[in-house]
Amino acid sequence: MSDDTPYDHLSDEDGDDHRWAFGTGFTDPLQGVDTTIPAGVDPQALATYCLMLGDDALVYSHRLQQWMTHMPELEEETALANIALDLLGQARLLLARAATILDTTEDRLAFFRTEREFRNVRLVEHRDADFAELVARLLIFSAWRLALFERLGTSRDPVLAAIAGKAVKELTYHRDYAAQWVVRLGDGTEVSRTKVQTALNAVWPLVDELFRPCTDPALDAVADRAEVDVVLDTVFATATLERPDVAPRAAVAGSTGRDGVHTEALGYVLAELQSIARSYPDAEW
Amino acid sequence: MVTTTAYAIAAQVPDPELPQLTLEDLGILRGVDVDGDTVTATITPTYSGCPAMREISEDLTHRLRRAGYRDVRVRQQLTPAWTSDWITEPGRAKLTAAGIAPPHAAPTRSGRVPLTLTSRARIACPYCGSQQTTQTAQFSGTACKALHRCSACHEPFESVKAI
Repeated sequence: MSDDTPYDHLSDEDGDDHRWAFGTGFTDPLQGVDTTIPAGVDPQALATYCLMLGDDALVYSHRLQQWMTHMPELEEETALANIALDLLGQARLLLARAATILDTTEDRLAFFRTEREFRNVRLVEHRDADFAELVARLLIFSAWRLALFERLGTSRDPVLAAIAGKAVKELTYHRDYAAQWVVRLGDGTEVSRTKVQTALNAVWPLVDELFRPCTDPALDAVADRAEVDVVLDTVFATATLERPDVAPRAAVAGSTGRDGVHTEALGYVLAELQSIARSYPDAEW
Repeated sequence: MVTTTAYAIAAQVPDPELPQLTLEDLGILRGVDVDGDTVTATITPTYSGCPAMREISEDLTHRLRRAGYRDVRVRQQLTPAWTSDWITEPGRAKLTAAGIAPPHAAPTRSGRVPLTLTSRARIACPYCGSQQTTQTAQFSGTACKALHRCSACHEPFESVKAI
């Protein structure tokens, strides 16, 4: 048997795995990582926080995946697929981190929680109306998440710090990708400028929620709004766009996505995301 | 058995996406520890969502078992995060030979991550060496690569991103 390709042993019978094709079968993304909770960190607060950040990435990754085969060019299709994949990878790590504390599994958290148990921000729930809205939302999401994850690089939980440190490199590319498109559309034709300005105005009411303190302050949980504003204002100025001046979307009796109170859109995402796992609850892949 | 043997076996495992390169070439293999019949290989993922990690882990286990190690463990090490600077010189030569431009030095920074609104530095064409190239996409067939086109020989090519 040749040693040249990793595909050769797929059909070996001496293995104890039951893969049937390349890419099937998943392992714990935190395999071999020391997941001890450091002294002074509240495990429940840490688990909740990892769920929040993991759910943001999981739901948004799914929304980005829904764009596949609808992008204007093949290169953009590839770019967005890679961005969605990065976010899915971040979601897996964060949900796995939460699972180590909650004594469950990454898959159970992703596929068997209800809407009210999801902790993502409402910004990631909506289907984009058009390409302009896609890049506008992606710019805001990645600028915010990058600022937040830069802070988490020094989190008191070394696992969360490691996940964030890795993700910062990925989010840098996501933010640049979205920012460059916003500039191209904003500083483009009258039609493209109008579309991207309309898109920014449409997503802006959900920006405030990103900066609400949400859990144990010991975890350094909130991004610095001024820092994110500097980045966004630079993009808007280069793109000749106006910073939106619209009222934030209100909380529902004080509750937002972080408290499990979502928009109607989340139900549609979860119905699709969870359908296979719920139809075949004993399936392994 | 000695550690060098186990290391040599692990180091030669090819990457599933870039089979011209080994785990050692890519700087994914962080270490191999042997304790009697037990061997622990430590790897670092290139990207959070890299779908090749599972294959790499299986392949490592398989090859080390075949070499006589009964208890093989693969451990992920998340920090320090992988950087393209860890790709070895032989790895860079193999990339070029495969028509993939090797990465420049990874950006270093102090303070906040800077926003980039223009294309990054020009990448030399791996086919003809020309610097007259343009980036056509920031992402390619895998998360770790970008797409370019050479204005001199007109070939499209991929580059490994400097991260």
